[in-house]
Amino acid sequence: MTEPTLYELSSPGRSGVRFPKSDVPKYELPADLVRADLPFPELAEIDVVRHFTHLSAMNYSIDKGFYPLGSCTMKYNPKINEVTARLPGFAFTHPLQPLETIQGNLFLMYQLQEYLKEISGFAAISLQPAAGAQGEFTGVKIINAYHKSRGDLKRTRVLIPDSAHGTNPATCSMVGLEVVHLPSDARGNVDLVALHEICDDTVAGLMLTNPNTLGLFDENVSEVIEIVHAAGGLVYGDGANLNALLGIARPGDLGFDVMHFNLHKTFSTPHGGGGPGSGPVAVTSQLADFLPSPVVGIVEPGTEDLPPLYGFTTPTMSIGRVKTFYGQFGMLVRAYTYIRMNGSDGLRRISEFAVLNANYLLSKVRGKYTLPYNRTCMHEFVVEGVWPEVPDIHALDIAKRLMDYDFHPPTNYFPLIVHEALMIEPTETENKQTLDAFADALLKIAEEAHTDPELLKNAPHNTPVSRLDEVKAAKELVLCCWLPENE
Amino acid sequence: MNTPEGLKYASTDEWLRVEGNVATLGVSDYAQDQLSDVVFFEVTVAVGDEIQKGTIVGTIESVKAAADVTLPVSGKVIEINEELANSPELINSDPFGAAWMIKVELKDASEADSLMDATAYSAFCETRGH
Repeated sequence: MTEPTLYELSSPGRSGVRFPKSDVPKYELPADLVRADLPFPELAEIDVVRHFTHLSAMNYSIDKGFYPLGSCTMKYNPKINEVTARLPGFAFTHPLQPLETIQGNLFLMYQLQEYLKEISGFAAISLQPAAGAQGEFTGVKIINAYHKSRGDLKRTRVLIPDSAHGTNPATCSMVGLEVVHLPSDARGNVDLVALHEICDDTVAGLMLTNPNTLGLFDENVSEVIEIVHAAGGLVYGDGANLNALLGIARPGDLGFDVMHFNLHKTFSTPHGGGGPGSGPVAVTSQLADFLPSPVVGIVEPGTEDLPPLYGFTTPTMSIGRVKTFYGQFGMLVRAYTYIRMNGSDGLRRISEFAVLNANYLLSKVRGKYTLPYNRTCMHEFVVEGVWPEVPDIHALDIAKRLMDYDFHPPTNYFPLIVHEALMIEPTETENKQTLDAFADALLKIAEEAHTDPELLKNAPHNTPVSRLDEVKAAKELVLCCWLPENE
Repeated sequence: MNTPEGLKYASTDEWLRVEGNVATLGVSDYAQDQLSDVVFFEVTVAVGDEIQKGTIVGTIESVKAAADVTLPVSGKVIEINEELANSPELINSDPFGAAWMIKVELKDASEADSLMDATAYSAFCETRGH
């Protein structure tokens, strides 16, 4: 560690503030309420500012470099999003204000609902869910509520492909449904034979990510949806990979019944470091009445002279609230800004370039890294980070070594169906020079793995801290520099 | 890769040691190698539970992934290795010994016959790479 902790920097008596002389009588606390063992660090303001500035400079972020974290869509977040989100009319409103005083906010939410419906091909939407996994939870609650409303109580199973994000099975468990794993076929698509065998009248639905986590468009998507529908189930679309489809294909048109968006992936709102995320959920007209409340609607139509009055409505069979107030409003402003800045042609170009960038990168490393499914990829691709002639080198070693070349590592060991997976998603915001530099690093590392494997085993070498002890980090959950003496 | 003779192996990488009508369950050396360093283990059933074949009876978490432990036969849980939750790293160091997970009284001893023997399981692992 090149930066000492605040406790190490501390010096007795040093202080960042000077208190004025007390002008009230001194009052002694009872002795049993006073503790002697609270060692706050003592520093001046400049010490604190420098400490945190040093730490922030050690951080890696999308503003600092390439961040090809597969499945996470770590695209650049345009700064204009931050400008609009800070406009006083958005930044200083309170969710309990009278509706008449927040019509601009409601107009923005209404318009964003319309845009997302248009982009996805769905009939209705709620902006409420706080992030992707909560969007999934909301969507599967809706599927469950739909079956129950029809008296169809047998449907307790949800089918989930083996390539799915871990949040999909977790979502089903949270809703109280049973998870049934679906195998993938040799091309990385859902195995239709297995699907046929599993589908019956106990299936509540299927959760499908398309493109899937292998970065492949499921060529069987229409058949998959038909089979599930024929068995009376509904199909949930995990919108994690929507960045590959904007303006090209609409999940609603493909036959999906519900989907969530990740505004923090596809629509450039901040991601990582707490985001916060935002996971709106869109549904077909037959499910619109089940959406979480409230949704933004026109409560009084406009006239020639007056705009309409926007307000909140509660769907008739709503599953209820999933979050306080109205979702992550600041993120809604950023996503709205992004959509308006790009327009419909710009959105399509985003997906075209995201797919082009991924295929360009793939073409540069093909042959040096094993491809488990040798197909044209969508917005991301997965390679195996292992070579039979150097069995001691693993995907993790490659990921760590990439840090020495100043790149954020790709996602590793996911999806689980790929041996030693490295999952690479460049996004559309990277230029050719960056992609070339990253490809060169991957090729160099492939060479190093064969000529100097220790270089990889001990990586990273150029970072503030070297390889972390992940076992210790998972097992010894003590972050405090000190603990009270009696514990 | 260590694959002791005399045990039965499931395609989901559990081993069973069958002695009379009692079977002891654990996960294979291949499984622990794939998982890498194990940091957490939990049995999700209790002594006395009647378990159907294919039921999840435990969860393993490593620095890489989380994995379910499935019982490949039907039976009644008669003993749980309580110590393993405190020392999950035994799954890495001694998968076929100290890292046994549960013992079950078999409902139908013939169910274990359909599992793989050491030779078949080794061949199965070969097809999946290391």
